[in-house]
Amino acid sequence: MSTFYDEVQALKARYPDWLSATMPALRLAQEKHGYLSPDALRECANALGTTPAFCESVATFYDMLHLQPVGRHMVEVCTNLPCALAGAQRVVEAFEEQLGLRAGETTGDGEITFRTVECLGGCGRATVVAVDERYHEFVTPEKVPEIVGAVRGNA
Amino acid sequence: MGTPELILAHTDERDLAQLDEYRAIGGYRSLARARELEPAALIQAITDATLRGRGGAGFPMGRKASLIDQKNPRKYVVVNADESEPGAFKDREIMGRNPHLLIEGCLITARAIEAHAVFIYIRGEYLTEYEILDRAVEDARAADLFGDVDVVVHRGAGAYICGEESALLESLEGKRGQPRPRPPFPPVTGLYAKPTQINNVQTIATVPKILELGVEEFAKIGVPSSPGTAVFSLSGNVARPGNYELPLGTPLRSLIYDVGGGIPDGRAIKGIIPGGSSVPILTPDQLDTPLDYDSIQAAGSFFGSAAVIVVDDRCCMVQLALRAAKFYMHESCGKCTPCREGTRWLVQLLTRIEEGDAVDADLELLESVCSRMLGRSLCALGDFAVYPVSSYLRKFRGEFQQHVDEGACPYGAESSIAGIEAPIDAHMHHPTVEVPG
Ligand SMILES: Cc1cc2nc3c(=O)[nH]c(=O)nc-3n(C[C@H](O)[C@H](O)[C@H](O)COP(=O)(O)O)c2cc1C
Ligand code: SF4
Ligand code: FES
Repeated sequence: MSTFYDEVQALKARYPDWLSATMPALRLAQEKHGYLSPDALRECANALGTTPAFCESVATFYDMLHLQPVGRHMVEVCTNLPCALAGAQRVVEAFEEQLGLRAGETTGDGEITFRTVECLGGCGRATVVAVDERYHEFVTPEKVPEIVGAVRGNA
Repeated sequence: MGTPELILAHTDERDLAQLDEYRAIGGYRSLARARELEPAALIQAITDATLRGRGGAGFPMGRKASLIDQKNPRKYVVVNADESEPGAFKDREIMGRNPHLLIEGCLITARAIEAHAVFIYIRGEYLTEYEILDRAVEDARAADLFGDVDVVVHRGAGAYICGEESALLESLEGKRGQPRPRPPFPPVTGLYAKPTQINNVQTIATVPKILELGVEEFAKIGVPSSPGTAVFSLSGNVARPGNYELPLGTPLRSLIYDVGGGIPDGRAIKGIIPGGSSVPILTPDQLDTPLDYDSIQAAGSFFGSAAVIVVDDRCCMVQLALRAAKFYMHESCGKCTPCREGTRWLVQLLTRIEEGDAVDADLELLESVCSRMLGRSLCALGDFAVYPVSSYLRKFRGEFQQHVDEGACPYGAESSIAGIEAPIDAHMHHPTVEVPG
């Protein structure tokens, strides 16, 4: 089994300049640590051959990289214009009710982080919901309990 | 409709993500043809076909290629697959259903500019499409189709601004995705400061079709100033939303009514956003506008990313402007002042108007903020933030005024998008994210 360090070296070899491996390395570190904790940033920086501060400065720029702890599962509802026009707010509210939280929060058991996101590129199949990066399309409030159940089921 | 499908042809009958299926319909034959031609002849073909960029600006691909210093031994091809413009979902469909067409286009483009490395920058959220594309890349590599070219699929991590080409290059270099001052433009100083051909997914995917049909046949599709097809992403209040590949120049009315099935629930159209949320809105009297770059510009908007969003009469335009403004505020990279400060001002003023707390002077202030932002930013995002707000204000002025006069939103909870939350709203109900356990 290859170590995190070895995997990052393989990533670096894919590019003309090792610096390009920064984002894939951060993604790997996040997968390993759950979020980009100080430890994760240190490990990433060490494998890349740069500083934790540089890694942190890059990570803060991107919505999919988390510098705060998040739930084991991520549920994201798009509320940009086309989804909004299709009734995305009702889907947001159905999740808030089902999960007992507000958008941006994590369930009490640390399992699910729920948030609104900008356009996911599925606007013709609104409302679009991403569960751990897999898309559910044509989501209506009625479908929310089933989605939450499935997330909890494989929790 | 009997329209010539190019990019999405055969995708309904076959699984073109499989290499043998793609080859069965003549796939990779254009690449073989390209390898018999001189690079200069390939650039000439792309130029003669008047292939205009499908990513937003409509710049001719051939002209970009001709700016590249052919003598430089290190050059790159970069594919912009960051597709994040609200309303756009065509590149996702192309990559998910016809990935080899994109790869074939990459390899032909690499030969045209004599590059040996291709990077496809795909937005981080497109996990499924990344997997399909990456597998197709490995299959094509294993089938020895690459020759002396390498293709790397690079995932983004969630930032709209990384679709802006210079920000994309910064991001691909492993940095924060902040736009670069230009000139120099990418064909001169691009990825790792080397000459770089950067194009949208659909632009590159059209290249094999030009060789397959020949320039003359290709030019017969669409209109003379914009030949070919575009995959239109139709969304919003329309009966049959989806991606539809149509010749450029197809009338807007035909897309919405003949193809899209019209407006459901017997509602009326209030506005049409023809190119993604960043372009000025059109009104129902403009439904006969042909969907090509020059015609839409003549109508006062932009072709953008061919993402057509239909808005019916249940929607409050102040709410719509506010939601759009929150998106651009969230996505501003913060590098230059007019955009960083201006997007914030737009959100604050529109909030005040929507909540019924505005006075007449606020509408003038809103206009003034828009005009102070336009054309003063480092990249086009600063303008993109203005177009929805200024165009809704200009075309629906009465509705904005009504908010001020009545001290309340005339639609209120009846608006189709009432209460819609944006990601930047999250901090308002919980100042710090706390994770228990
Ligand atoms: C804020 C912003 C976002 C953009 N997003 C995208 C995008 O997601 N995809 C894309 O192809 N072009 C996007 N563009 C346009 C690119 O900067 C560039 O024009 C395009 O990649 C060139 O390719 P083309 O000539 O083939 O269209 C964006 C531009 C701006 C200013
Ligand atoms: S216009 Fe906005 S997004 Fe573009 S460089 Fe300036 S601050 Fe960044
Ligand atoms: S607006 Fe929701 S996916 Fe595009």
